[in-house]
Formats: sequence, C-alpha cells, structure tokens
Amino acid sequence: MDFSIASILLLDGSSNGAIYALLALAIVLIFAVTRVIFVPQGEFAAYGALTLAMLQAGHVPGTVYLLALLALAVAVLDAAEALRQRRGAGRAAVAFFKPLLWPAPIVLLSLWAAPHHLPLMLQSLLALAIVTPLGPLLYRVAFQKLADASVLVLLIVAVGVHFVMTGLGLAFFGAEGFRNPSFWDTSFTADGVLLSGQAIIIFMVSIALMLGLWLFFERTLRGKALRATAVSRLGARLMGISTVDAGRLSFALAAFIGALAGLLIAPTATMAYDSGFLIGLKGFVAAIFGGLASYPGAALGALFVGLLESFGSFWASAFKEVIVFTAILPVLLWLSLKHGSDEGDE
Amino acid sequence: MILRRAFLFGFVVALALLPLLPVSEFWITQANYIGLYSLVVIGLVLLTGVAGLISFGQSAFVGIGAYTTAYLSIKFGVSPWLTLLAGLAITTVAALVLGWVTLRMSGHYLALATIAWCLALYYLLGNLEPLGKFDGLTGVPSLQLFGFSLDNRRIFYYLVWFLVIAAALMASHLLDSRMGRALRAVRSGTVMAEAMGVNTFRLKVIAFVLAALLASVSGWLYAYFQSTVNPSPFGLSMGIEYLFMAVIGGAGYVWGALAGAGVMPVLHDQLQTWMPRLLGVTGNYEIVVFGVVLVLVLRYARDGLWATVETRLPRVRRRPDWANAGLLAERARPAHGEVVLDAQGLRKTFGGLVAVNDVDLQVRAGEILGLIGPNGAGKSTTFNLLTGVLAVTSGEITLLGESIRGMRSREIARRGVARTFQHVKMLADMTVLENVALGAHLRGTAGTIRGLLRLDRAEERRLFREAESQLRRIGIADLMHEQAGNLSMGTQRLMEIARALCADPTLLLLDEPAAGLRHQEKQALAGVLRQLRSEGLSILLVEHDMDLVMDVTDRIVVMEFGTKLTEGTPAEVQANPAVRTAYLGN
Repeated sequence: MDFSIASILLLDGSSNGAIYALLALAIVLIFAVTRVIFVPQGEFAAYGALTLAMLQAGHVPGTVYLLALLALAVAVLDAAEALRQRRGAGRAAVAFFKPLLWPAPIVLLSLWAAPHHLPLMLQSLLALAIVTPLGPLLYRVAFQKLADASVLVLLIVAVGVHFVMTGLGLAFFGAEGFRNPSFWDTSFTADGVLLSGQAIIIFMVSIALMLGLWLFFERTLRGKALRATAVSRLGARLMGISTVDAGRLSFALAAFIGALAGLLIAPTATMAYDSGFLIGLKGFVAAIFGGLASYPGAALGALFVGLLESFGSFWASAFKEVIVFTAILPVLLWLSLKHGSDEGDE
Repeated sequence: MILRRAFLFGFVVALALLPLLPVSEFWITQANYIGLYSLVVIGLVLLTGVAGLISFGQSAFVGIGAYTTAYLSIKFGVSPWLTLLAGLAITTVAALVLGWVTLRMSGHYLALATIAWCLALYYLLGNLEPLGKFDGLTGVPSLQLFGFSLDNRRIFYYLVWFLVIAAALMASHLLDSRMGRALRAVRSGTVMAEAMGVNTFRLKVIAFVLAALLASVSGWLYAYFQSTVNPSPFGLSMGIEYLFMAVIGGAGYVWGALAGAGVMPVLHDQLQTWMPRLLGVTGNYEIVVFGVVLVLVLRYARDGLWATVETRLPRVRRRPDWANAGLLAERARPAHGEVVLDAQGLRKTFGGLVAVNDVDLQVRAGEILGLIGPNGAGKSTTFNLLTGVLAVTSGEITLLGESIRGMRSREIARRGVARTFQHVKMLADMTVLENVALGAHLRGTAGTIRGLLRLDRAEERRLFREAESQLRRIGIADLMHEQAGNLSMGTQRLMEIARALCADPTLLLLDEPAAGLRHQEKQALAGVLRQLRSEGLSILLVEHDMDLVMDVTDRIVVMEFGTKLTEGTPAEVQANPAVRTAYLGN
C-alpha cells in the first residue's frame, strides 16, 4: 500500500464514517430520551434517498401516501382517546386535526411537485419534509403507549417496526436500486488523490449538523428539555417537561438526520429498499463504541467503523462486513470490564 | 394435573399417528420444519421468557450446527454422532464468548451483540471458499443412526419430534428446579437473586448456552433433512423470525414455543398466497404483517397465544410429597453474646453527598438490634452496605471475625447473612412455596444438568420441606400454594421473612417487616422475632413502628442525616432528648 492508496482509503472511510456518525447520533439520541433501541434508523436513510429518487423520476413517492395514512391513523387515535376521556367534541376535533397540521400541506405539495421536475435542491428539501414527520408519527403509533415497558420489549417492537418499514419500502420503491445525481458534480486532485465534491458536501453537512445539534442541546430550552428527559424521565416530568413531546421531538430529529444521511450517501452508493438496514446497523456498532450514551464516543466510533470498513475492503474485500461486525466484540468486552456489573433492577 | 397429563398424552399420540395417516408429503415436511423451529424456540423461551434476555442470533447457532454437520459429513464422511458433538462444541465456545463479553452489562448489549454476530457469521459463511460461499454445500448424506437410515421424511419426523418433546420436557423440568427458580429470579433484576446467593452472571451465561445448544441441534437435523446448506436460512431475518415465534407463542411458556413455531409456517404460507392477491403485486410483503402483528401482540397480549390456553387449564397444585424428606444441614450457631456483625466507621458517599457518615454498629448472637431514624437518615443505605449491594467508601465490616468488606452480596449471603427488602422483591407468578424455596438456594447443590434430567427430586423435597416449615413458623403455611402476586402487601413481607429464614442465616436483616401488617399480625411477628432470638439468631431490624421496635429489640441505634445519633436500650433511647428532637423537631 502506498501513500495515495492509503489516502484514498482514508478519505473514503471517513466520508462513510461521517454518514455512520449521523445515524449513530440519532440512535444515541432516541435511546437516551425514549430507551428505544431504534433498529430501523437506517430505514429513514433509505426512505430519504429513495423518495428523492422517485421525485427525480417524476413519480409520487410511496412515502407520501405513508405519511398521509400515518397522519390519518394518528388523528383517529388521538381523537378516539380524547372521546374516551370524555373531553367533549370540540377537544376531540382539535385532537383529530392537530396531527394533520404539518403532514397535510406536505402531502399536497408533493402531489403537485412530483410531475414538475423541480430543481434537485428543492426536491431534496421536499424529501426531507416528507420523511421527517414519519418519525414522530411512528413514535405515536408504535412506542408512545409502551413508554414504561422494558428496554427489551421496546427493542422487539422496534424490530417489528423495522419489518413493516422494509416491507413498505419494497412496496413503494420496488426491488431495484437507485443512484441519485451528485449534489456537487466536481472534483479536486491533489498529489494524485481525488477529492469529490460529494465527499466535501458529506463532511460539511455532517459537521454542520453536529454543530447544530450541539447548539440545540446547549442553548435552547427544548434541547435542554430533551437532555433532562434523557437523565431522568420522572424528574423531567416533575419539572413540567412532557416526556411524550420529548419522545416525538427525538424521533423527528432522528428521522430528519436519517433522511439527510440517505440523501448524502445516495450519490456515492446505490440504494435499494433494504440498503438502509445494514447502514443503520453500522451506525449501531458506532453507537456501541460510545456505550449508547456518549455522542462524541459514537461519532468517533463511526469514524473508526468507516475506516475499518474501507481498509478492510482493501485487504480482504469479501470479509469487510465480517470485520466491521466482529469489531464490536472487543468494544463490548472493554465496556463490560469498565462498567462491571452495572445492571440494577428493571 | 390429570387434565394436563391427558392433554400431553393426547398430543403425543396425535403426533405419533400423523405420519401413519394418509396425509400428503407436504404436511409431513411442514411438520418437520415446525419441529426444527420448535427446538430453537424452546431455547428462546428459556432465554427470553424466563431469564428476560433477548437474542436475535439463534439462527446463527442453527447455522453452526448445520454447517459443521454438512462440512464434516461431506468432506470426511464423519458419523452423525460426531458431527452433532462437533457442532455442539463449536456452539458452546461461540455462545460462551458472546455471553461472557456481554452478560455482565444490561440485557440490550446481548441483543445487539447477537445481531452483529449473526450478520458477521452470515457474511463469513457466504465468503469462505471451503464452505462453498453463498452457494453453500450440497450432498449431505442421509442420516444413519444405529444402522437405520432415516432417509424417509416420515421416519425422520419421529426423530425430530422425539427430540422436540424431550427438549420441551427437559426445559419444563429445569424451570421446576433449584436452578430454574434462580433463573426466573434473574428476570426482574439481579439484586434479589444475588441476595439469595445466586451467581446471576453465570446463570445468564448458562441460559444463553443452553438456548444456543438447542439451536445447534436443530441445525444438525436441518443439514440431514435438507441434505444441503447455504447461508440464507441462518441470516438475521431468520433470527428475528425465531424471536417472533417465541413472542407470538408466548415466551413465558415452554409449550408456547411449539404453538409459536406451529403458527409461523402456516402464517407464512397463507400470507404468501393472500398478500399478492390483495395488493395485486408479488413480493415479500408478509413481513409487513409480521411487523404489525408483533407490535400489536406486545401491545395487547404480551404473554402470547399460549397464555390464553394456560388460563383455561386448571392451575397445577404442587403435590406435597416432602413430608418425609430429610432435613437440610444447618450451620453452626455462634455462642450467645458473641459479636456476629461488627461495622466500624462505615461511610458511603454519592458524589458530594455523605449518605452514611462513619457509623459504628455491632450485632451480637441472640440479640435484636433496632436501627431507627427519620426518613432519609441512611438506614436503607446502611443495609445495602452491610449486604454488599453497595460498595462502602471507607470503613470495615466483619462477620464473625472475617472481613466481608468489598464482597459481593452472594458471597455475604453464603456466609450466613439473609435479608428482606424495603420494597418487596419476589416472583409474582410463582407460588409462595416456590418463592420461599428460592431462599434455600445456597443449601442445595443440584445444578442445571440434574435439573434438566430431573435427578434433583430428593433434594427438591428437602428444600420444599424446609420452605414449608419456615412458612409454618411465620404462620402463613396455608397460603403456600397461592401465587405470590395475589398476597396482600403485609403477607408478602412475611413471605420475604420466611424466604430469608430458609437460608438458615446467622444474621437476619429485616427492612421494615411490619409495614402493612395488621395489629394482630404485628404481634405474631414480634412473637416470631423473639423465638428466633431465643434460638441464637442475630437480627438487625429497620422499622418505623415504634411499638414493635421498643417491644422486641435489645438495643437500638438511632441515625439522623447519615450519622449515628445515639445508641442504647429502648428505655435509654426513649428518654434521650436528642432522639425526640430528631423525630419531632424542636
């Protein structure tokens, strides 16, 4: 291996690592706030990428219908709950229309925009707008009522949601893969190392997002409320923070980050309905590096996973997945020795 | 009991008759698959339903069994017995490594590790040249056992189902054994189980290895049944499906495993026929339904299909067959007045907060020491320090002259310290008798294998005899067949005392035993405590009921804000103005 190959691998690995870092951050966020180990995080990435691919092709993406259906389902659930609690017809009507407030215009806009072949940037924003509300709606349908269940029950539910999302992905986007056009179709060469515009965009956006998250958690009230919920659900509730709102917000952020990661990766990798799962699991491996709790730990872990993958595929290309997924064993061992038996009562 | 036996008998007869009837080959194949799945899911019941751990990677263990068998029998013509052993050996090593690395931490690390392990193994199998890469290995010879060829699917069926029934019975036996009770105790957290002397880490590893071994046996059968192996049936999605079967069937019940495994292939079949018709397109859409069903089941019927059967069957009442059982060995009692527990300068800080501030206390043999103080005085923290639940920051604790500082709670329990909990910790779905028998865990020796093979009956009888006699002593023997969850709060506390007594302790630590008791029950409790003292037991009593404390204790230590305020006889303490101030304010 000479210098140029090493730097290509380094570049490749760290741009993939940046994508995994985004997913890992979302996974840590959801786990900290809701205790859900959100296995389908990668599905948001696939949904984001493929929604854009459908818009590119001038079709209405299936995710739009999913958004409409989920929003209606939540509207019905919320209204039924309001009626069951005998809160009166007016309240029930509010409860019905509130979940439709955001999704309805997005759905209408998408229906109009799909055949109009808007510029790539606008379509990307639209894809983000379609996928992001899916997060809180999924939370409402699958997880909200189970907020007090054990971590393991929530994990199995997350697997159920993964099943549903993958199956629907197949129905929406078909079995074939898509590769989206690059956001910045240029490249720079220095010392024989090729730096593509897309890689630059990946780095810039990831760093911007991490900075944004940091500011959000440090400087805004809602961000602080999320952190408080992560420390203690009961304590947060006593301080007047709604843990339900915190859950919805964390799922919205996770869906947004996931879709963004999908948009970023789609020009460099072919995405199909089931590609998200593996990418998401690599995000998990990265999150475990940070003990599912530390954001910087997860980000560093993601960088390591990306590099391990790119160097692994150079030395033993057939075994790169084996190498990546076996890498968590030493990490778990280290965590286990560091924490010892930290398990209290559930 | 008779009805249950009749059900089982009828089920076995029906199973035995099935291949003799003119059913089509399709159904025999289907039944064989159900049997293969059942073996894996029975393992998951032990792991998930009983021990509360989750594995998504059981399919990988099936894969190890199948690939080992296929490789050895195709390349070297190795006999089925040896391929089975080889598969089990590799499985054991893999499961031990995974379990050892993850099971010290909370349960979700095992779950995530099994996902990674399953993916890693899938890609490994799919890329190894000697294993035929993604095409796999073909031409596994037919299974030959004792000179018989099990070529025919109808004959193979008998082997599969013999193993399934044997595994189900062994799993049921294990659950009704010393190790089984301990395993169930692990589910709700480790503090109580460790206080009973259970090595919870080791037990979790055992459960994981057992589940993996069952999966490996299923893989062994699979290789001979299919005569070909490739990586796809051993991937993560199959691993998730196994878990799905366990959850649908009812992860808490051994026979639920068979229900779950039986429903799955049928559901698959029906959905593959109906989904494309409904949607008008073909594809792997049944997973959408699986996902929805999984979410709905966990939301509305967390105990699965079998729970609905179980509630209709009569409850099994344990037949009392232990009246003539031998007695358990008892520990030598220290001489009256000897110092049993000696804590000097006991200190615990949480960050900057000093919860227990240099407290000294001594308990002598045949003495009841009261530990009182207002809420938040540090009584329960002191308790947790003495029993090894929390690590002391500084200070020394000796038990009968031996330092127990820094020991784990199960090691302290082994040395004769038994306790109850301020918030009752019990297994609500076990009977009172079984809960109490858990207290005698350290007085038995029967391990997992004796439990599986039911070679532990003589010892079990001795344990139950002990449990019953402790219940009798506490005065709630008439409730012994009741489910513990049905008891009133006060009675549950009494049950915890009986459980602690079952350990044959030298020192008994009671954390608010009288809370929730009626007046007469309190008087009865006082009587029991006095009797225990007269037998030479030492008791440390944390209690808010001052009548009881003043009535039964010999000496009292008063704590306030983590510090020892005073110590003395009940009369001295009552006369102490500082104590009055602490309780009533100025």
